[in-house]
Amino acid sequence: MMTSVLRTACRRIGRGAMSAGAASRGGIAAVQATNMKRVAGGLGLLAAGLGAGRWIVSRAQTMREPAPKNRWIMVTINCSPQRLSSRADMPEPITRLGDAVDLKISPAPGDRGTELGARLRELPRTKIAGMVARRPEEDPRRMVEEALRQAKSLIETGEVLRPDWPPSAHGAQGAKLLEFADRRGGRL
Amino acid sequence: MKALCWEGVNKLAVERVPDPQILNDQDAILKVTLTTTCGSDLHLINGFIPTMQAGDVMGHEFMGEIVDVGPGVRRRKVGERVVVCSFIGCGRCWYCTHDLWSLCDNSNPNWALARDTLGFEIGGVYAYSHALGGFRGSHSEYVRIPFADYGTFPVPDAVGDMDALYASDAAPTGWMGAHLGGVKPGDVVAVWGAGGVGQMAARAAQLLGAERVIVIDRLPDRLAMAERYMGTETIDYSRVDVLDELHECTGGRGPDVCIEAVGMEATGAPDGQYAYDRVKQQLHMQQERPIAVREAIYACRKGGSVFVLGVFGGLVDKFPLGVLMNKGLTFAGAQQHGHRYIPMLLKRMANGELSTRQLATHEMTLDEAPRGYDMFKHKKDACVRVAFRPHA
Ligand SMILES: NC(=O)c1ccc[n+]([C@@H]2O[C@H](COP(=O)([O-])OP(=O)(O)OC[C@H]3O[C@@H](n4cnc5c(N)ncnc54)[C@H](O)[C@@H]3O)[C@@H](O)[C@H]2O)c1
Ligand SMILES: [Zn+2]
Ligand SMILES: [Zn+2]
Repeated sequence: MMTSVLRTACRRIGRGAMSAGAASRGGIAAVQATNMKRVAGGLGLLAAGLGAGRWIVSRAQTMREPAPKNRWIMVTINCSPQRLSSRADMPEPITRLGDAVDLKISPAPGDRGTELGARLRELPRTKIAGMVARRPEEDPRRMVEEALRQAKSLIETGEVLRPDWPPSAHGAQGAKLLEFADRRGGRL
Repeated sequence: MKALCWEGVNKLAVERVPDPQILNDQDAILKVTLTTTCGSDLHLINGFIPTMQAGDVMGHEFMGEIVDVGPGVRRRKVGERVVVCSFIGCGRCWYCTHDLWSLCDNSNPNWALARDTLGFEIGGVYAYSHALGGFRGSHSEYVRIPFADYGTFPVPDAVGDMDALYASDAAPTGWMGAHLGGVKPGDVVAVWGAGGVGQMAARAAQLLGAERVIVIDRLPDRLAMAERYMGTETIDYSRVDVLDELHECTGGRGPDVCIEAVGMEATGAPDGQYAYDRVKQQLHMQQERPIAVREAIYACRKGGSVFVLGVFGGLVDKFPLGVLMNKGLTFAGAQQHGHRYIPMLLKRMANGELSTRQLATHEMTLDEAPRGYDMFKHKKDACVRVAFRPHA
């Protein structure tokens, strides 16, 4: 409740600043600093914006046509198409997926290497199945993407970089928090 | 071992953390000789960068001695004195092979978190949140260096530790701003921010042939440092109108290249911009205070170039897109592609063209680091950068 009042107040200031701003070279006219201070005082910095993430989420929701359920998941690898000419040439993270995926390979334009795509042959059938896989790393599409990125890294560098572990000086407990943030779209 | 950890907004503490280990064949372990504060750390400390976690080890600008290498390391050996680039690059993806190292495809194990927060998968960097890889930082006795063949650079004998230290981040960042901003002989270049990054951008502009370089800040000691070490002109934005001043001193044209080295926590702008941006930032309605970026766009000459070195993380408000477009400006920014510039910078340090050690206005042990950051954050005692010696 408090937050929404503050937000409205700030929007009002924003609008005022915008209309008055036309006349001002700086683009933003003088605003009442005292009002601003009061508005600012109430809130901490916990969530640190994340405008970009938020915008991406809302964009997906406003698209007119529903997204196709089974898009190709793609990576571009800095190697020639010959390096990937058959399934047998694929690194282990891809061969591990076996018959669960279709693969496609094509040269990328210019000097950009080779495009490798994978698509699940079968999708989890119901929404409920999707809900069961609540952890992002259990989402089958995410697993395919992880495999593609690992394959790319192995081909390009010979290894898959491992994160520092435990992820902070306070051990693995904090990692849970991060997973949580990840699941919620990165918003801590 | 001992390390300086982020414990929450405005909370830093020296703690015991596990020693780093070789986790990949191409890793090395570095014994840290010198590690320094950077303006980017202030964005973490002040709580503007998401996906930090209590217990994260701080520090991304550093140099030291290699004490262990994994079996896949070919070009480095134990005992070498090296400076390490703050960004981590694999050296072999398309981005690294095209000198766009901070965009490396393979150096960020938390790529999905990066995508959620930034909208794309940026490369990894030491100690700059979990979205940027979650790597432990250099404000510690030892640190793990992934892709060590690419990320470490032997320091020539003629270059002292304190100069080499700033070849890690401040100097290559500044150089990139002048280089990718397109500075050419005869140009007038304006630089917003006289911190380590802005000062290095100013020096780079001079070395790339700029005829005049103008540094803008409000801190007299920093402006004096730019005058003393580089002979640049300066503008104190707390005393004069920057746009009027630049207009007048460039024959009404505006600077050819404008380099922004301030970032998301800019202060003190005309017309109430600061208060406006700060409120929106506090309410999470925008993540940034892009005051210096706006000013650079307004100041730049028609058809000129604006390069953003200051760190931003999300959406901005009141962005003068109409000016940018109608003026025909070239507008760009980047996290630093240090690997591209560090060997050249070390050579320039060795032959005396580039001095960086003056940035270290203060030197401390790691135990004193929380106090060091307090000085750096509040720019006390003319502090530009504090260099820590973890083994002192
Ligand atoms: N692109 C990269 O790879 C990269 C690398 C290092 C640092 N950075 C960023 O560069 C920025 C500067 O870093 P630093 O270490 O020099 O920081 P710093 O905090 O030492 O310096 C910033 C300076 O900007 C000045 N300033 C504030 N508002 C201003 C305004 N409106 N006009 C002109 N000057 C203003 C401050 O007085 C201060 O001197 C930070 O945002 C940092 O995150 C980016
Ligand atoms: Zn930095
Ligand atoms: Zn790379």
